[in-house]
Parts: sequence; C-alpha cells; structure tokens
Amino acid sequence: MAEKFDVIVVGAGMAGNAAAYTLAKGGLKVLQIERGETPGSKNVQGAILYSDAIEKIIPDFRDDAPLERHLIEQRVWVLDDSSYVGTHYRSEDFNKPPYNRYTIIRAHFDQWFNKKAREAGALTICETTVTELLLDGKKVVGVMTDRKGGEIYADAVILADGVNSRLATKAGFHPEIKPKDVALAVKEIHFLPQETIEARFNIGEEEGVVIEMAGTISDGMMGTAFLYTNKESITLGIGCMLSDFKKQKTTPYELLDKMKQHPSIAPLIEGGEMKEYAAHLIPEGGYNAVPQVYGDGWLIAGDAGMFVNGIHREGSNLAMTTGMLAAQTLVELKQAGKAFTAPNLAQYKAKLDDSFVMKDLKKYRRMPDIFHKNKQFFTTYPELISKAAQKLIRVDGVDKKTKEKEIKQSFVASRSVFGLIGDAFRFWRAME
Amino acid sequence: MLKVEEKLFQDRYRVDSGRPHIQIKDGEICTHKCAEQQCTVCCPAGCYTQEGNGKVVLIADGCLECGTCRIICDEHRNLEWEWPRGGFGILFKFG
Repeated sequence: MAEKFDVIVVGAGMAGNAAAYTLAKGGLKVLQIERGETPGSKNVQGAILYSDAIEKIIPDFRDDAPLERHLIEQRVWVLDDSSYVGTHYRSEDFNKPPYNRYTIIRAHFDQWFNKKAREAGALTICETTVTELLLDGKKVVGVMTDRKGGEIYADAVILADGVNSRLATKAGFHPEIKPKDVALAVKEIHFLPQETIEARFNIGEEEGVVIEMAGTISDGMMGTAFLYTNKESITLGIGCMLSDFKKQKTTPYELLDKMKQHPSIAPLIEGGEMKEYAAHLIPEGGYNAVPQVYGDGWLIAGDAGMFVNGIHREGSNLAMTTGMLAAQTLVELKQAGKAFTAPNLAQYKAKLDDSFVMKDLKKYRRMPDIFHKNKQFFTTYPELISKAAQKLIRVDGVDKKTKEKEIKQSFVASRSVFGLIGDAFRFWRAME
Repeated sequence: MLKVEEKLFQDRYRVDSGRPHIQIKDGEICTHKCAEQQCTVCCPAGCYTQEGNGKVVLIADGCLECGTCRIICDEHRNLEWEWPRGGFGILFKFG
C-alpha cells in the first residue's frame, strides 16, 4: 500500500472510535484498523456508558445510539457468604432527561460509534491485526499488518489497542504489564423477559439498576463484582487482581459461579438464559502505572495507557476522553503546520493533566497499594459488618447495650484497637 | 467440578485451525522449573491443563484473548503470545 495517511488509529473500542471520529471531523486523513470481524467483536465491558464523555464528542448521541437502560438506582453491597449490607440510592432526579448514565452492550454500541466515525470521514478496515509499529530510528512512521503487503504509513499512530498494549510493549515504549496492575474480570450475560427484569428490580420501562459488590465473594482477593440491568438481559461479573489470582487455586469461572449462587444474587438471575461468557483484563494500577503516553509519531489512549479509575468503576469515559484529547492534539498541530514530534505531542500530556482523567487518577494514587497490602477490607470487615447488622436487627431478648458491646468487642478482637485506627487511616489515605 | 466448556459453548469463535496464536516456548520449563503452573488455574477459558506427568498442555481454541496467561508467566516468560490473525479467534456477540 503506497497510500499514506495523516494518522493511523489502532483499535475500534471507545478510545479508538473517539480518536477516529475527532480526527475525521478535524479534517485529517485517518485510517482505523480493527482486528475483530466488526468493531466491538473483541471488546468487553460491564457495561455502563457515562453520558458526559460521549456528549463532548457526539452531543446528540441519544438520537440513535443503542442504549439499554438509563440508571435510576445505584446499590453498593458488602457481602459475606450468607448476607449483604448495602446502601441503595434511587432518585427521581436520575429519571429526568438528559440521563446521566446508561447500561450498554458493547458489541452494539461500538458498531454505532464506529459508524459515526466513518460518516465523519474516517476509513475503517476490520479483520486486520496490526503486528508491529514501523519505526524510523525512534520515530513511528506506520504499522505492519497481517494483510498482504501489510505496511501502511502515516505521520502519527494512535495506539488504542487495549489493555494488553502489545504494540507499545513490542516497540519498547514501556515494559510488560505487571500482575499487580491488572484485574481479571469474568462475566456472563443472562437473558430474561423485560417484564421480569422490571418486576424484580422495581423499575419501569427503560429504567435501570446497578449493583456494585465487594466482600467474601472475592475469596480473600482484592476484587469487586457487579450486576447491571439491560433491556432484556442482566450482565454480572467479578474481577480480582491478577497478582492475587496468581497466589490461589480457585479458577475465575468457579469464582463467578459461586457468586451466581450467593443467596442475595441467585434470585435476581433465576430463570435467565446465559448467552455469553467473557473475560477481560482491567488496568487498575492507577496513576503510578500510567506509562509514557507519547513520543515521536505516537500517542497512547484508553486502556493501553492504563486510564482507568478503579475506585469509581470508570474506564470507558476515560478511554473516550483520552482518545478525543489525543486526536485534538494532532488536529491542532496539523492546523498550525507543526510536525508530530515528541516535544509537540507533549501537548497531549498537558491536556491529560488538565482534565479529570489525570486529576482523578492522581487523587487515588495511593489506593491500589493500600488495598493490595490490606486484604482485611475484602475479608474481615465484610463479615464483621454483616454480623454487627444481624446482631442489631435480630430480636432475641438480649438488651441493646449488651449487643453494642458485643459488636465493639468483635471488631477489637478481629483487628485490635490500633488495627482499627490504622485501617480507618489507611482507608482515608486511599480515598484522600 | 465445574466445566468451563459449558460456558464456552455459548461463545462464538472462528478458529484459525493449525495456527495457534499462543504457544509454549519450552515445555521443559513448565514441567521442571514451574512449581505452581498457575496458568492452569488462572486462564478463564481453561486452555491450560496439567497432565499427570507434570506437563502443561495448551489448547488455545477456546481462548478469550484476555492476556492473563502472558502476564502471570512473569518468572519464566515462557509464552509466544500474539493476537490471532485478523477476523479469527473469539467474536463477542455482546461483549
């Protein structure tokens, strides 16, 4: 292929589509390369769409994007083996358009998003794997693909190739991912009649519920689980850090099936027909794991750059925003007649630092380390909290003062007074 | 014992017959130098199995392309790990 492009975007996920769309709108000649059969066929997410991020790219996305349900209720559950203690927040304010969050099915959404990029002028080729970057010295000048005569050239390449970030690793831009910086999540989608879902979750047509979970379901590992309502299906999954998975003998699918059998979860998916099982890594290393994200002729966006806010379960919005900012950087340089050199592309990093992306990652920079070293937040505390709640609620002739004393003693016995104070401090430091 | 095959049966694949995208570099390393063989536990598609003689056998047909095996093999780096050729491998219907 002798044809040369302004920019090649590798990947048609959230970051890649946001980048391709923004570049095409900016008048650049853009080629997007996707290894899946269609955009979305290799992509896995829970999935929740945050309106704000997509709105900044396609303001009228609600007109035709495939959306499942807008979310009116958020549940946070702490589970032990037989119970959950939770907070539920439901508000009619979330039931007024424009809606803030939606559940989506990625295979459907990504096709829509990519169609928008193509309509804006991007050229997308699917079923094509980029095998490596073409370098001239330190400068990226194009990509090698697995097609015949597979070299394609461009002035810049945006690497939106996902969490495994193979191209940057192979080119030596950053080392292999560490097990402590990624979570392995497995999930299933269960189909149920729309009315059943709406009755089970006490919701109307198009209204949705999210349940985020932590506790003994992660089997002592640092991890969380989720359950989301779609229009005619429920997705549920569980993810734990790979460094923890590495040290134990429960398989990911055993963990998922144990979660499905939990007495608080099983009734919610009862009678559903499982139609797909998926697995995916989530970059959860946070601020300190973000690699160098630009250089001569290259930029990294989305999961490939570790742009995920683990504590708030945000990733797709960071992917879209970083894809958009990478593209905007190139559009501005092109318009100013400037080359895509590393010093010029440093503007991408400046944009990231100035956005919620790096501000949020920085705020929680201590979180991964603190949770890695303090597994009691996933083991001891869920059980203590559950037992305390049960003690207070169960009426059995024991006076309340004695019950309170017993609860206090159970906490001290498990963690000691200094342990409790230390844990409170650690939790505060993680969230500070 | 839970069979992961029952889950994978729901998934859609286009298998690149005879061209596995992941290969064990040196089987001897798995057999003699790797005590844990955690790939046989952590792979969410159960692609790695322990044979009675201490060998690890990899059949990548059911691979979900997550990357777990490559990342956890950080002591021996004993895998050749590439993406499948364009259009092959797992094809998520929902994702």
